[in-house]
Amino acid sequence: MKRSELISRILIIVAIVGAIGAPLYIWARTSLIHAKVAEDGGWNPDIIHANAGEPLTLHLTSDDVVHGFAVGQMDMQSVDVLPGKVTDLTLTFDKPGIYTFFCTRWCGLNHWRMRGTIEVSGPSSTPEPVSPPLYVSLGLDIDAPHSLPVVPAQKPSAIRGQQFSTNLPISQAADYYRTHSPFQIFDELSNTSLTESQRWDVVAYIWRLNTTKESLANGQKLFAQNCAACHGEKGAGNGVFADKVAGNFGKGMSNTSNGRPVDFTDAKRMLGASPALLQGKILRGGMGTGMPSWGSIFTEEQIWDLIAYLYSFQFEYHQ
Amino acid sequence: MSKIELTRNPVIKNALKNRYPQLTVFIVMLVGYIFAIFSGLIGTPVGSRNFGIVFVWIAWWAILILVAVPFFGRGWCAVCPIPLPGEWLQRGAVLSPPDKKPKWLNLRWPKFMRNIWLQNISFLLLALFSSVLLTTPNITGIVLAAMLFAAIGLSTIFERRSFCRYLCPVGGFIGLYSQVAPIELRVKDKQTCVTCVGKPCYNGNENGYGCSWDVFPGGLTKNTYCGLCMECIRTCPHDNIAINLRPFSADLAKPSTRIDEAFKAFIMLGSAMIYAGVLLGPWGAFKDAAYHVGTSAWFIYAIIFLAIIFVILPGLFTLGILKSKSIFPLKQRFASLATALIPLGLMFWVAFSLSFVLTNASYILASLSDPLGLGWNLFGTANVAWRPMLMAILAPAQILALVGGLIWSARTAQKAANEIRTSSIPIVTFCFIVTSVMLWLLL
Repeated sequence: MKRSELISRILIIVAIVGAIGAPLYIWARTSLIHAKVAEDGGWNPDIIHANAGEPLTLHLTSDDVVHGFAVGQMDMQSVDVLPGKVTDLTLTFDKPGIYTFFCTRWCGLNHWRMRGTIEVSGPSSTPEPVSPPLYVSLGLDIDAPHSLPVVPAQKPSAIRGQQFSTNLPISQAADYYRTHSPFQIFDELSNTSLTESQRWDVVAYIWRLNTTKESLANGQKLFAQNCAACHGEKGAGNGVFADKVAGNFGKGMSNTSNGRPVDFTDAKRMLGASPALLQGKILRGGMGTGMPSWGSIFTEEQIWDLIAYLYSFQFEYHQ
Repeated sequence: MSKIELTRNPVIKNALKNRYPQLTVFIVMLVGYIFAIFSGLIGTPVGSRNFGIVFVWIAWWAILILVAVPFFGRGWCAVCPIPLPGEWLQRGAVLSPPDKKPKWLNLRWPKFMRNIWLQNISFLLLALFSSVLLTTPNITGIVLAAMLFAAIGLSTIFERRSFCRYLCPVGGFIGLYSQVAPIELRVKDKQTCVTCVGKPCYNGNENGYGCSWDVFPGGLTKNTYCGLCMECIRTCPHDNIAINLRPFSADLAKPSTRIDEAFKAFIMLGSAMIYAGVLLGPWGAFKDAAYHVGTSAWFIYAIIFLAIIFVILPGLFTLGILKSKSIFPLKQRFASLATALIPLGLMFWVAFSLSFVLTNASYILASLSDPLGLGWNLFGTANVAWRPMLMAILAPAQILALVGGLIWSARTAQKAANEIRTSSIPIVTFCFIVTSVMLWLLL
C-alpha cells in the first residue's frame, strides 16, 4: 500500500472516530438535569445527592417547554429552565435531610407532579423536635363534608364587624381562630344581640385580626404561582387546567367538587372550614384528586399566609 | 451566450484532477455529517437548539436550494460525504485505484430500476413525515444514519454509487434542477470519445475509477445524472473533459421524454405548494395532521398529499394538453412539456425556503456556540435570541422568485412546445394558475 493511501485512510478513520467519540465523550461527562412535562417523565434524574455545607451546582435544561426550578421550604428564588438551554444554579444546604424540588411553571396538566428530591447527607445532628400539624393534633377528618346550610346574605365586612365587636365574649387569639371555622364562631355569637349579618361581620373582623397585609400579600403571591392554574385567578375553581383536572379526576368522585378544583368563592364550603382543616388539605393534598400535597414545599408560615388569603375570597377586610 | 471552459484555468483543473482537495472536503463533510447524526441522537431534543436539525434543515438546506442547486447544479453531490465510506469499501482504496480490487458482489443495478422512481418514492417517504423529521432531532439523526448505512450496504452489493444514482431522496431533485444550473461537465470533442479505446472514463484506468454515476461522459447531454465526481477528468487520456460555464437552463432546450422525470417535476412542484400551506400557512389542523404520524388525520393528510402530486396536478396538466394538436403521442407530450415545470418548481422551492430560512436563521448562531445543548458558549452566540432576519425583503424576494419562475417556465414551455410542435398556451396557463396559488399561500 502506498504511503499516501495509508495516511489518507488513517486520516479518515481518525476523523470518523473523532466525530463519533468526541460528542459521546463530552455528552457522557456532562451531567444535565433534564426537565420534561410529567407525562413524559418529569425530572431526570429526580433524585440528587449532596453534602451538607458544600455547594451543589446543578445544570438544568428543558427538553420540551418552559419549566421552573425551586427547592421546597428553602429561601431561594426560583429559576426558569428553558427549552434547549442550560441554566446553572448553585445551592448550599446547611442541614442534612431530604429536600423536595419542584417545577414552578404551569408546564402542563400534571405540572405539580414534576417533583424530585435532593438527599443531603452530612454529620448526623440531634433531630429537632417536630410537633404534628394542627389538624393532626385536633384529630380533624379533613375529608368530612363541611358545607353550611346557610350563607351570609352579603359579603361579611371586617370594617363593619369592628364596630360590633366590643365587649363580645370571643377570643382573638391565633389558636382560637385556627381551630374554629367561621361558621362555628358565627354560631357562638348566636347568644348575643347581634343580627345574623352583624355576626358574620364580626367573624370577618376576627379573621382580619389574625392576619397582616404582608401575610395576605405573600399568600396572594403563593396562590398566583401555585394554585391559580387550577383554582383560578379569582379563586373560583375555574383555572386554565380546571376542566382537564375535572376530566381526569372527576369520574367516580363522591365528594362535592366532583373532581373539579375547589371554588374558594363558594361560601358554603369556605365558611364551614377552619384554618386547621385547610392546613390539612394543603399539607396532605386531595387524595385521588388533582390536588397536590404541598407539605414538602411550603413552610408552615407560608401555609398560614395562603390560608389567610383564601379567606379573603369570603371576607371584606379593607375599604 | 457561448460557454466558458473553466478547466482551461490550470489552477481549477489541477484542483479537480488532484484527489487531495476533494478528499479533504469529503473528510470535513463526513465529520460534520457524523456530528449531525450524533447531535441528533444525543443532543437536546429541542429542535430549534439542536445542531443536527439547525445545520441540516436550515443551514444546509438554505445553501443547497438557494445557492448550490441553482448555481452549481450537482455541486453538492461533488462534496457529499455519504458515498465516501461505502466507496472506500467498494474500491479498496480512498485514493487512486489499488492493484488488487476487493471482491464484493459488484452487481449491475437491476435494469427495471434504472430510473428515478425509487428516488421519487424515497423523497415522498421523507416528505410525508417531514413535519416530524424536520423538528425531531433523533428522527433526523436516524434518517441521516440510515442514508449513510444504505449507501455503504449498496456499495458492497452493486457497482458504482448505486445509492446516489438510484435511491438518494435528495439526489433525485438535485439532478432534476441541476439542468438549470449555469455549470456543466461535458466532453470537449465527441468524436474523440467515439474513437477512444477502452473508454477509461466509464471503465476506469490506473489514474482513476470508472464513472461513479454509471454515466458515459461522451454521451452527456444534460446534468441530471452526472454527479460531478470528477473521475473522468482524472481518467481521460485525451484531456477531453471540461467543466463549462454556460447559460442558465441550457439543458432544458432538449426536453426530457422520461415519465419518471416528468413526475419528479410534479412531485417537487406539488410538495413545495403543500409545504407552503401546511408548514407556513395559518391552518393549525393541517399542521396537526401532518405532525401526528399514524393518526387517521395524518392518513388523510397523506392521501391528500399524494392525490395533489399524482392526480390533481398531473390531471389538470394532462387536461390542458389533451386536446392540443400534435403528431406526438400524449405520453411524450406530457413528459416533454413537464420540462417547463422545472424552473418553476425550483423557484417555488426558493420562495418557500426563503420564508423559513430567513425566519429561523438566527438559530444557527445559537446552535453553533452550543451544538450539543450542554450549556456551552463557544463563540459567544449561545444566547442570541430568535429573531427573523431580512423580513423587509422577504415578500419582494418571494414575488420576484415566483414571477421570475413563471416567466422562466413560460419561455421553457415555448421551447418545449416548439420541439414537439404543439401549443404552449395550456402549459403557460397551468403555470400561471399554480403560481397564483403559490403566491396566495406564501403572501
